[in-house]
Order: sequence, then C-alpha cells, then structure tokens
Amino acid sequence: MTETTLSAPAKTKPRSSRPGTLALLLNNSLATGGLIVLVLICLLALAAPLLPLADPDVTAPADRLMPVFSEGHPLGTDHLGRDILSRLIWGTRVSLAVGLSATIIAAFFGSLLGLVAGYAGGRTDTLIMRGIDMVMAFPYILLALAIVAVLGPGLLNALYAIALVNIPFFARNIRGITLGLSRREFVDAARLSGKSPVQILFLEILPNVLPVIVITMSTTVGWMILETAGLSFLGLGAQPPQADLGSMLGEGRKILFTAPHVSIIPGLMIFALVMSINLFGDGVRDILDPRLRAGSLTRPVSRTAVERAVGDIPAPSEKSGVLDVRQMRTEFQIGSSVYKAVGGVDLNLAEGECLGIVGESGSGKSVTAMSIMGLVPTPPGRIVGGAAYLDGEDLFAAGDKRIRDLRGGSVAYVFQDPLSTLHPLFTVGDQLTEAITTHQPMSGSKARDKAIELLSLVRIPNARERLSAYPHELSGGMRQRVCIAMALANDAKVLIADEPTTALDVTVQSQILTLMNGLRRERNAAILFITHDFGVVSAICDRVAVMYAGRIVETGTTEDVLANPRHPYTAKLIECVPVLGEPERRLDAIEGRPPVVNNLPAGCAFADRCPRVGASCRSGEIDLEMSSDTRGVRCFFPLAPGETA
Amino acid sequence: MAAYIARRLLAAIPVLFGLTIIVFLIMAMIPGDPATAILGSYATPENVEKLNRDLGLDKSLPEQYFIWIGNLFQGDLGRSYTLNRPVLDEVMERFSATLILAGTSLILCSVFGLLAGIVSAVRQYGWADKIITLLVLIGISTPSFWLGLLLILVFAVNLRLFPASGMYAIYGGGDLPDLLHHLALPALTLSVVATGVIARLTRTAMLEVLRQDYIRTARAKGLSERKVIYKHAFKSALVGVVPVIGIQAGFVIGGAVYIETVFQWPGIGSMLVTAISTRDLLLVQGGVLVVAAAYVLFNLLADVVQTILDPRLR
Repeated sequence: MTETTLSAPAKTKPRSSRPGTLALLLNNSLATGGLIVLVLICLLALAAPLLPLADPDVTAPADRLMPVFSEGHPLGTDHLGRDILSRLIWGTRVSLAVGLSATIIAAFFGSLLGLVAGYAGGRTDTLIMRGIDMVMAFPYILLALAIVAVLGPGLLNALYAIALVNIPFFARNIRGITLGLSRREFVDAARLSGKSPVQILFLEILPNVLPVIVITMSTTVGWMILETAGLSFLGLGAQPPQADLGSMLGEGRKILFTAPHVSIIPGLMIFALVMSINLFGDGVRDILDPRLRAGSLTRPVSRTAVERAVGDIPAPSEKSGVLDVRQMRTEFQIGSSVYKAVGGVDLNLAEGECLGIVGESGSGKSVTAMSIMGLVPTPPGRIVGGAAYLDGEDLFAAGDKRIRDLRGGSVAYVFQDPLSTLHPLFTVGDQLTEAITTHQPMSGSKARDKAIELLSLVRIPNARERLSAYPHELSGGMRQRVCIAMALANDAKVLIADEPTTALDVTVQSQILTLMNGLRRERNAAILFITHDFGVVSAICDRVAVMYAGRIVETGTTEDVLANPRHPYTAKLIECVPVLGEPERRLDAIEGRPPVVNNLPAGCAFADRCPRVGASCRSGEIDLEMSSDTRGVRCFFPLAPGETA
Repeated sequence: MAAYIARRLLAAIPVLFGLTIIVFLIMAMIPGDPATAILGSYATPENVEKLNRDLGLDKSLPEQYFIWIGNLFQGDLGRSYTLNRPVLDEVMERFSATLILAGTSLILCSVFGLLAGIVSAVRQYGWADKIITLLVLIGISTPSFWLGLLLILVFAVNLRLFPASGMYAIYGGGDLPDLLHHLALPALTLSVVATGVIARLTRTAMLEVLRQDYIRTARAKGLSERKVIYKHAFKSALVGVVPVIGIQAGFVIGGAVYIETVFQWPGIGSMLVTAISTRDLLLVQGGVLVVAAAYVLFNLLADVVQTILDPRLR
C-alpha cells in the first residue's frame, strides 16, 4: 500500500456541495464503470441463496473437470465434479465478506488508535506511534503469515491477520489529521465550553476525520480482498469444504495443465472485483480530496501557448528600443471562465534604461514580465494578442530553439523568492556553471572560474568556497545575489527582475538595489523592474509604468510620476508609501479590491474605487493619452499638478 | 555524510531489537505446549517435561528471551524438527534464493516504474499517459499468484519459452544463463504490482515538481526541455519516490511468498508456507526474523540514498 497524505476537510461544508459530489463521481466514467461492475458483483453475491444454482459443495466424480459451456455447468466443473459457477458466486460472497470485515476491523481499531494518539499527544502519542512503527518495520505479508502461524490456518484467522497488519496504515493517516484538527479553533472552543476529551474526540473531531477514514477504506479494501485471497491460495485461509476465491484458485493450481479453466475463472473474478473497487476508490478519492484531483496537477509545457489572430500582429513602434512590447494580451482559462490578466500592454525599453512596472498584486505585472519570454504556464495561460520585439525580432513568432537560446542569454530573469527559485538539490556552483555552459560551450574548469568571477561581481565573499554551498545554506540576500549572478552569466541585454527585493529585509533590499544599479551602468543592460513599492521605484527606475487590472494606467519618468501623479490610482499608491520622518502622515489604504479580471466592467476598471469617478468613466474604451513623449495617463479626470485624489 | 550514516545505523539497532522482541513474543503466544507439539500427543509426561527443560521453557519469559537472543548472537536459531538441520543454515540458503528473485524484481519495478511515471507525467493526458494509467490500474488490481499461473500457461506450457518452475534445470543447469532463464517469469510476475505503485507515485511527484518555481528558473536559463525534465525535475521527484521504493521492497519480499509457491522457487517464502503448515515454528521464527531484519536494513539504505540526493536532510 502506498501512503497518501490526506488533507483535512474544512469544518463547515456548504450543504449544496453534496449533490455536486455525486454528480462529479458520475462524471468520471471510469469510476462509474467501476461502481456498476462492483454493484453487479455484490448483487450477485447477495442473491446467491435465491439463484437456481447447484449446491457448491456436492461432489460428482463422474462429472469431474467438465469444460466451460458444458450442459448444466456453464462454467464447467472442478476436479471433484462441483459446479464452478455456483462455487464462484458462493466464493465471491465469502471473499467479499472477509475483505469487507477485515477493512472494517482495521479501520475501527486503526482510526481509534490514530484519534487517541493524535488528540492526546505527548507520551501516549509517542508510545502508540512507536508500536505502530515497530509493526510497520515488518514486511506486510510476512507479518500476516507470522500471525497465521500462531493462530493456525483458517479463514477467520486469515481475516484477523490481514486486519491486524492494516491497522498501522489507518492509525498513521488518521493520527496526522487528528493532530492538525486538535489545534484548530473549534476544538479549543469545545474544550472551553467544558466538553470532556471523549466528547470532543467523537463529537467534534470524528465527523471531520470521517471522510479521510472513508478514503482510506476505499483505497485499502481491494488490497485486503487480494491479500485474504492470497492467504487462502496458500492454503492458510479458507479450509475445505468452505471455499473463497483464493482457495478455489489454490485448488485449481494443482491441475493447471490439464484443466486451466478451474484456476483461471476464480482469478478473473478476483481481478474484476479488485479492479472495480480500485476504479471506484480512485474516483471517491479524487472527489473527497480535491488536492489529488487529476486536473489540479496539470503539467505546464515549456513555453506559453501563443494564439494570435492572423493579421492582428502590431508592428514595432517607431521608438527604437532593445525591447518593444506592443499591445500584449495574456489570458488564463480556468474552467469556463477566462481571466484577462494582461489586456493590451505597450512597453518600450532602451539600452541601459530601467523601467519600473508598479501595481498591486493581481494587476498583471508579473504575467507581463513572464509573457515576454513565454514563461507563463500553459495550461492555463496563453498569449492571445500583441507582440514583443527584441531588437526587432518578434519573440512570439520565434521557434522554441531560438527562444531557448535567448532565455538566459539575451534576456535573463531574476525572480522574487530566491529560496524557491533556486533548485534545492544542486549546489550554487552547479547551477551557475549550468547557466554559463548552456549558452557558452566551455570546459568545466573554465566555467567554474567564470562562476567564481560572477559571484565576486555580485559581492559574495569567499566566492570559491560558496560554489559548493547549497541554496539552503545561504542567507536570503546571498541567495538573491546568486540569482543575479546567474542572470548576468551571459551578458544579457535585458534583465527582467520580478519583485527581486520583496522577499528580503530592508537593509539587504537596498544593497541588492545598489548592486543592480551599478551593474546596469557597468554593463549597459536594460532592466524591466517589477515591483509594488514606489520606494524601490524611486531608488532604481528611470521611467515607471503603473498597471491596474492588466493595463497600464499611467506612465512617465520616475520623478514626474512621483512628483505629479495624474491618475487617481497612482496618487493613492504613492500615498501608501510611508515617509521617514513623517510619522503623523496618514497611510491610506486604497478602499475596495482590484477587480477580478474574468469579468471586467466596461470603461475604467478603477471606477468603483475612484473618488473622482464620473458618468463617462463606466463606458467605452479609455485611451492612454500621451501628453509628451514619455508621459501618459488613462483617465478622463486626471489630477492637476499638486492636486490630491 | 559518514557521520549521518553512522547515526542512522545506530538508530536502526533499537528497531532490530524491537523486532526480536516481537518475533519472540509472537512465538511465545502460541497456544498449547510446544513440547507436546514437537513430540506429538502420545508423548509421556516425563518426556514432555524433559524437552521443556531442554528448550528452556520452564524459565520465565524474560529469561527465555535473553537465552534466545544470546543464542541468536552465536548464530544459533535452534533446529528445525521437520528438516533436522540448524534453522540458520536452512534460512540462509533459502534467503539467498529469495534475494535473487526479490532483488531482480525490485530492480525491474524501479526502472520500469520510474520510466513509466516520467513518461506519463510528461505526456500528461496524451495517449501514452492514458495507456500507462490503465496498465498501472490493471497491474495493481491483478492477483500476482493468478498472473503467475497465466504466465506459466502461456510462456511455459503453450510457447515453451521459459521453464514453469524451479531455480535451476535438474540436469545440466546451474550456470548464470540457466538461472536467468528460470528467473524471468517469477521476477516479472513479482514486479508487476510494485511497478504500478512506483509509476503512479512518480507521475504525481513529477507533476508536482514541474510546477515549482525552480523549474521555471531552469527554463528561464534556457535549458533544453530534456535537461529540465530528466535533470532538474527528476532529481526532485526521486527524493520523494526513493522511500516508496524502500517500502515496496517489503511488498516485493512479502509477495515473494506467493510467487515462490507458484513457481516452486526454493526461497524463504515457500519455506515459510511449508513450515506453517507443518507447524515447524522455530523455522517460521528464524525465517520471519531474517526477512524482517533485511527489510529494516533495506529501508535504512533507502534513507541513506534519499539523504545523498537531498542535502537539506543532512
């Protein structure tokens, strides 16, 4: 059995989700198929006494080993002349009963142990779990054999043995969940209201653990049927004349060469039974444990899908820049709704220039950055319009090989959280030299020298020793320096930094900013700097573009925008930045939330939160009105210089 | 690293001691009098008493345990009364045959399971994924003892490609090709379920890893998709799958009980089944102990491999 970690379901579940569960299950055709076969087999087994079957135990030596489709014996007879069809149905009855009983016994005792261990904690927990570990130190079937050896062969003893060896499996799963639940508020509340531990355990915790017990049962019952059949097959379970599917198979084995149908038929039945249970169990698990549902774990492909309409590809702008993004639109398709994360963005980046993109989370600034080199995961993302030109080359039309050459070559990325963006299992040196040799074929030792050089460039002390360090052994600031060094490995023309300082504390933040600024001047690389923080913008960016709901609402030189914000949203954002030495200044949060981009209103997306909103704001398209070469605002009622929103 | 391995080895010692206690207790719990069981119900009371004294059964349980474990350290697990030879000799001989079978199966299921899991994840929702997913479902739902019989019917009886039973040919066998010829069917049968389990887990692990930020970094570096998947993603996925392979070792060794019976492989599994039927309990005890100890050591090995792969665990 494999171990699955199951997430605890929420305490309160909306009632309306219940019919949905059944509908979901029926939607899964494999699970439905499994359920139908399972129900058929169960009905057949239950109806055994009512069916016109021959007595399964009556021997008829004259009729022995009759083949399938014989007169009166549709599935033939075995070595004692007994009717195989009748024995099959009665045997299925026994196997089902034994498998189910074993599952219920294991679930009951295992869950009880798990509940007590998880809730009591401390010494009780340690004691129970050490015992469980001890039992699990045995190979599963071996322990069952040892128990049968002690109790003696027999169907009931096999049942006990299989149930016993499955107890640890339940205990472990349930303990983990109970442990999590017992720290939740509703348990504290019950405790404070004076309920006894027993009441809390069975009235508060058990109902929440129940779905997990059901999942665990549904994933183990097939296995237990298989194992009890196995013990019977070995002659250690059902003893003659009683027969289950396993013992029928075991008896048939002796005459395998002369009459294979005697052993093939019961085996086929075990297979059908276990397969239908597994299909159904998988379906149940997918529904009760949404984290494991197939669709939630979709593998992103190596490059964002591009689905632009033919003839709808904008030409490069007249401004000659190293990176020129035109009317870029990126969407996410989740279920039936489409999220327009980037809704037509224009950006132009000159050599050596640093352009900041500012906005709240969800404004589409990261997706903008990722879209340029096709790093938005597909599914669910796709680029549906516009173009991105790197030195005049349309990146969305380039081949995969070309994009790979440009990624990390001409265009390099620095991401937000350096702990999750560096591979935890490779050393800093491995990751750096890999970045170098991917684009510049050179010998290992040369690449290492270059890596040391890069680490020194980003001011990492003892660069040579650091090469053999793993990311988790470095501080956050050091890790981000490594990421920057990696981005600089191949003399990138454009550096796209997606909130590179957000995960760092303030002093480290300013060191990293100084470092990036210095590198930009030394190497004349252009930087696209994504951030939500105007303080950071003022420290490094020449120009800034403010994004809201997937569109640029204001753009201009940093000084201009900071001194005289024209869009009410920009003004509000700037007000959010605390100013040193002005503790009495009110920090205004912007009321309301950014709109969800799957259902954008017509007109200005900020209208609902805007203090200056007018009737005209809620309809039609509002253009980015350019007042000069660099300055533009997407607003009908822009602020006059000095005015506050 | 060496310090870590030493630490893990030390930590395994109490587990091994725990195993001896459990095995000892299971055997001590057997209802009835072992001496009567050995001598038969017609034994005279004097003889029973003498044998009880010889076996040390007149002493207290802890005393019996310490005598037993003392003998164990000297390599004495008692004598099998049905085979009339030292338990340890028989167990070791049988265990080496099981190791050949289970070891081969474990290699097969690791290789095929990992490969199938990767292909399934990389071709998610494609034809290869659907076929593998279906095969995996069929694999983990098939009773291995039945599959063994089917394979014998097809490949040994009808096609005459492989022998139906045994470890070596009776006449003129005994070399490596002969062993491999006999090994093919049982090893394949034994590996089916574990292959399915490993494939399933590898698929999930790969899908989970492929969504990580560091995979995006690898792509942003301009690595080829092959390097992204087989170097960066696979290494992370392997960290999660290695302990599962360790657990599967237990299922493979356990499953060997069926397969050895079906293919009459002279391993410890078929020995145990016979010993249980003939109530040769010292043999059962010795067999269970050796296999359980091997399983503990194997899981230890899996732990060490996992630690080598993942520096954060050190």
